[in-house]
Amino acid sequence: MTSALTGKRRDDERRRDHEFGVGLPPLLWVPAGLAFALIALPVVGLAIRADWPRVPELLLSGSALDALRLSLVTAAISTTLCIVFGGPLAVVLARGRLAGLSVLRSVVLLPLVLPPVVGGLALLFLLGRTGLLGRGLDLWFGVTIPFSTTAVVLAQTFVALPFLVVSTEGALRTAGQRYEAVAATLGASPGLAFRRVTVPLVLPGLASGAVLAFARCLGEFGATIAFAGSLQGTTRTLPLLVYLERESDVDAAVALSLLLVVVAVAVIAVARPRGVEGSR
Amino acid sequence: MRIRATTVGAVGIALLLAGCGNAAPTTPAAGPTSAAPEARELVVLAAASLTETFETLETEFETENPGVDVKYNFAGSSDLAQQIVNGAPADVFASASDATMKTVTDANLTAAAPTIFATNTLQIATAPGNPQGIATFADLTKPDLKVVVCAPQVPCGASAEKIEKATGVTLTPVSEEPEVKSTLGKVTSGDADAGLVFVTDVTSAGADVQGVTFPEASQAVTNYPIAVLRDAPQAELAAAFQELVTGEAGQKALEVVGFGAP
Repeated sequence: MTSALTGKRRDDERRRDHEFGVGLPPLLWVPAGLAFALIALPVVGLAIRADWPRVPELLLSGSALDALRLSLVTAAISTTLCIVFGGPLAVVLARGRLAGLSVLRSVVLLPLVLPPVVGGLALLFLLGRTGLLGRGLDLWFGVTIPFSTTAVVLAQTFVALPFLVVSTEGALRTAGQRYEAVAATLGASPGLAFRRVTVPLVLPGLASGAVLAFARCLGEFGATIAFAGSLQGTTRTLPLLVYLERESDVDAAVALSLLLVVVAVAVIAVARPRGVEGSR
Repeated sequence: MRIRATTVGAVGIALLLAGCGNAAPTTPAAGPTSAAPEARELVVLAAASLTETFETLETEFETENPGVDVKYNFAGSSDLAQQIVNGAPADVFASASDATMKTVTDANLTAAAPTIFATNTLQIATAPGNPQGIATFADLTKPDLKVVVCAPQVPCGASAEKIEKATGVTLTPVSEEPEVKSTLGKVTSGDADAGLVFVTDVTSAGADVQGVTFPEASQAVTNYPIAVLRDAPQAELAAAFQELVTGEAGQKALEVVGFGAP
């Protein structure tokens, strides 16, 4: 209730700012326009290059449907893992009192900076059959992770985690700890204050982080090919299929790319990450 | 204000153009009165598997043709064919399959019919010492054996599929990789027990893998065609380069890394 009210008040303030605010400096339009063109025009190029009469047939092929299903399922599982593990990590980073927390944060941000294929190799050297942990898994439990759907999920979670952590941590810091402090003076235990105050406060930030993480999972390529391989129905997600089809059938690659664009736009439109979009 | 806006726009566009321009051959500013031989640049697009051989040949070609600088672009053949079709300026195209060369000849972009200058065959790559004792193509179907192949869309995978059809042996790979080096990588990392790659890939991997030759490989021999491109800025040099590759020196260099004669 309260959060809805404050949300409404904030919206009103923003609208006022917009009405009475000064205009944009005209100079900004040039680089802004170029930036927009750089993002939008290649997609237009893709759409123009498409062999539209063949698109339905290309998208309904067995390999394309398998890849779409695998992409959606793995991205959903990976995003869930990001929320379950990344959410608490964000809380620790934002609120924890621990020496070396800033170092910890830098490590968490690594997948944002590393090329995904490096992430894939790193996962391989940890969990591959001859890897640090992978050797033991194979020897003692007969479990090998590469070439399995599990490997795809791990690769996606690896690259997408920072998106969720950064977004949630930002929301936690903006919210501050005033309300929790009040809840504590009213006798709420830390657990209760976390559940009833902190979680509802950061939910929008968590949601926008989850959308970004899901989108990042859908687009994952480098870490997956390096760590999981590529097999129809098991590890070959949409980006991997696009990369492969490009070798022999460019029309199929273009059609699949457009499918990825549509899925990505749908994700952004449906979830409308509030943290990204701002006032509206 | 307006002037500044135009300047920013112009700078932006100039940056964009600069970013796109690196593929274009640069014209060196050598004066016509200069006594030194005219500086020229030969752009060769070649299949990634030719990297080692062509780099050896570069020294020889540049010594024979003073003032010439050979610029290579090594990549997957189908990527290169796409680049040529989309207007990338280049003189020579050396491809790792007839199919990718056909993309270019179909677009009528070669100066003459392509010449086959080498062949490549598949080999089984295993861990050093071949711990699983793989000796034949049929051994690859042993249970619990993790086998990686290339996807049928790429040359090494097309060859593997051809051999499967010819022998009636059906493989159940754990992965169909999009590139031959990626297939090899799964074997060198120890995550796969065996991979089907080209002989030349086994050679270039050195001690990291062991190659197992199998007679059925002769069912799928991959041709390497070379051609001078129609719009070659250095047509004469391009023809000379093709001659070097198809000639004795070129053939010897190709043989060293495991290529077969055409």
